[in-house]
Amino acid sequence: MGFLNNLKPAFWDQRKLGGAAYRSLFDFRRTWYAAVFVTSAVVLAPLIFMAVMDYRATRHDVESEILLTTSRLVSNIRRTISYFFDERRCALDFIVNDNNFRMDYRPEHLEAVLENLKKSFGGFVDLGLIDPQGIQRVYAGPYHLTGKDYSNQEWFKQVVKHGAFISDAFSGFRHIPHIVMAVKYRYNGGSFGVLRATLDTENFVNLLSNLEIDGHGDAFMINHEGVLQTPTQSHGKVLQRISLPIPKDAPETRVFEWVSANGTPLVIGYRYITDTPFILMVVKNKPELLKAWDDTRKELIGFLLISAAFILFVILWGATYLVNRIFQSDQKLIVTLHQIEYTNKMASIGRLAAGVAHEINNPLAIINEKAGLMKDLFTFKEEYKQNEMLMGLVDSILNSVTRCGRITKRLLGFARHMDVSIQTVNVNDIIREVLGFLNKEAEYRSIQISIDISDDIPDIETDAGRLQQVILNIINNAFAAMDNNGHLQVKAGMADPENIALTISDDGCGIPESDIKRVFEPFFSTKTGTGGTGLGLSITYGLVEQLGGTIDVTSEVNRGTTFSITLPLAIEEKEMKNSCVYS
Amino acid sequence: MRVLLVDDEQELVETLAERLSIRGIEARWVTSGDGALELIDREEFDIAVLDVKIPGMNGINLRKLMKEKHPEMKFIFMTGHGSQDDFAAGSAETGVDYYLLKPVSIDELILKMNNLMNT
Repeated sequence: MGFLNNLKPAFWDQRKLGGAAYRSLFDFRRTWYAAVFVTSAVVLAPLIFMAVMDYRATRHDVESEILLTTSRLVSNIRRTISYFFDERRCALDFIVNDNNFRMDYRPEHLEAVLENLKKSFGGFVDLGLIDPQGIQRVYAGPYHLTGKDYSNQEWFKQVVKHGAFISDAFSGFRHIPHIVMAVKYRYNGGSFGVLRATLDTENFVNLLSNLEIDGHGDAFMINHEGVLQTPTQSHGKVLQRISLPIPKDAPETRVFEWVSANGTPLVIGYRYITDTPFILMVVKNKPELLKAWDDTRKELIGFLLISAAFILFVILWGATYLVNRIFQSDQKLIVTLHQIEYTNKMASIGRLAAGVAHEINNPLAIINEKAGLMKDLFTFKEEYKQNEMLMGLVDSILNSVTRCGRITKRLLGFARHMDVSIQTVNVNDIIREVLGFLNKEAEYRSIQISIDISDDIPDIETDAGRLQQVILNIINNAFAAMDNNGHLQVKAGMADPENIALTISDDGCGIPESDIKRVFEPFFSTKTGTGGTGLGLSITYGLVEQLGGTIDVTSEVNRGTTFSITLPLAIEEKEMKNSCVYS
Repeated sequence: MRVLLVDDEQELVETLAERLSIRGIEARWVTSGDGALELIDREEFDIAVLDVKIPGMNGINLRKLMKEKHPEMKFIFMTGHGSQDDFAAGSAETGVDYYLLKPVSIDELILKMNNLMNT
């Protein structure tokens, strides 16, 4: 919290302060909130919008790319597989159309053909010739299948009908998956025969399993019933039913997305292979494919977060700086307003005092002259001259008139100083004049005042009225800080050849260490609830500044406080005018 | 030494004139600026003691008019008013020493008049 307190700008707690007039023109915290919110919204909204759009666009691109590559891969494999089947079927076609083959039905000849096929293509297990009744007439291979009747089997009906046939995979005698490929051929006489070949699937299993497919991809084949024709990595064993759906029949390569039973999103590409019962499927793990995208996404989000953080920092700093500047000038304005008010008040008091003094001075002068005449008359007449009582009375009247005259002259002097002007001021006189106003209070409260003014102080060129106010304010403060029987000391001397130093010390309650830095701040008051505005010392500070001087304070709790003022021997009139446009 | 007292407070100038007479100084008094200008045409005065505020006329202007008629005449301001402007204007004409604030003790006034005559 201490750290936060250090960061907290001066205006933050402003509205918690008690309410003097002209407190403040703005609610600075709200201004700050508004500035931060509006700027953030204006700056961050487009950034976030762009980032989201970019995110979506990039993600869409990546996904399209995945679908496209999958589709391309499926097409390529399909071409290879089709070629594989076409090649073998063409081989069989070639054999049945060969004249040697048609002339020679001996099993030895078929054995030779099988041997040649094994050498050149591989994968052929056996060969058989079947007559139109479905009876296997000649057989070459490891089993004894001569004379076997295929007439009721579906594949035989298919081959008779369509001229060629490729079967599903089935488990052969050695538990190796096999497929049957058969072609029909016609004799010249209109009769026909069927050449049947059994192939093991090893060749195209190798073809599929050797593919390197990204995203833990899996390429395999199923038949139209969904039975696996080749082994898979994670979708079941050969001749088992596949756990994925059987894709819809389509003439071209298609790609679709699917979620597997265990919740993994998959990208599935497939192709029906023409003239075979097979469907080629390529299944890819989508999260694996998106891994590359993940890095891009992290970069994108990271960039967004760093930019947003930086922008927010700049906004916070900027808003705080600006609002603080407004706050400071607002404070200055308030102090100035108070100073104007204060000066106007003092000027009014001054005019009132002058009016009163003037009105009183005339009758006082008449009393003076009349009593003086009485005394003159008494002095010239022996009988009255001896009358001590009468003479005493007249003297008493004249003394009182003199006293009244002193008071009115002091009032007039005070009033005269309310007008702003630079004049020659005797520091001693002005201090005594101010103390003249406070003598009675000092007497009642038994406050001892000692004045120590060094003789070498020359008269200074300054604004007597302001100087008077400064001294009056500080002594008033000192009086407020002291109990009865306190001591006040006023000292004046030379600070350096250009400046005089004036110190006013009391032995009052003092100012705590924590407050001393703030005593000149406007609205800082320890007299809360007792009518203090907290402006006295801040106005004093402003006045001293206008006089071209400095003011400083040292204090010790329960020991007393010392205000030290330095004033230049002369101030420039121009400087004064600039700083007191209101007077 | 002949003295002319000008002030709108008749009681004041009357009494002051009498007191000056007792001390051997011949003093005449008037309560208006016009009266003063009229009187100096008929009689000779060494010194005029003027109030700054006189009905119908400003003491400072009055001094100028009187000075035009009698350049050798000397002046003292005696006023109950102490505004900075009056003080500045008045004391500029006569010097700070001869701008007196009421009430003035008669001894001080005579001292000032003697000083003025000797300069």
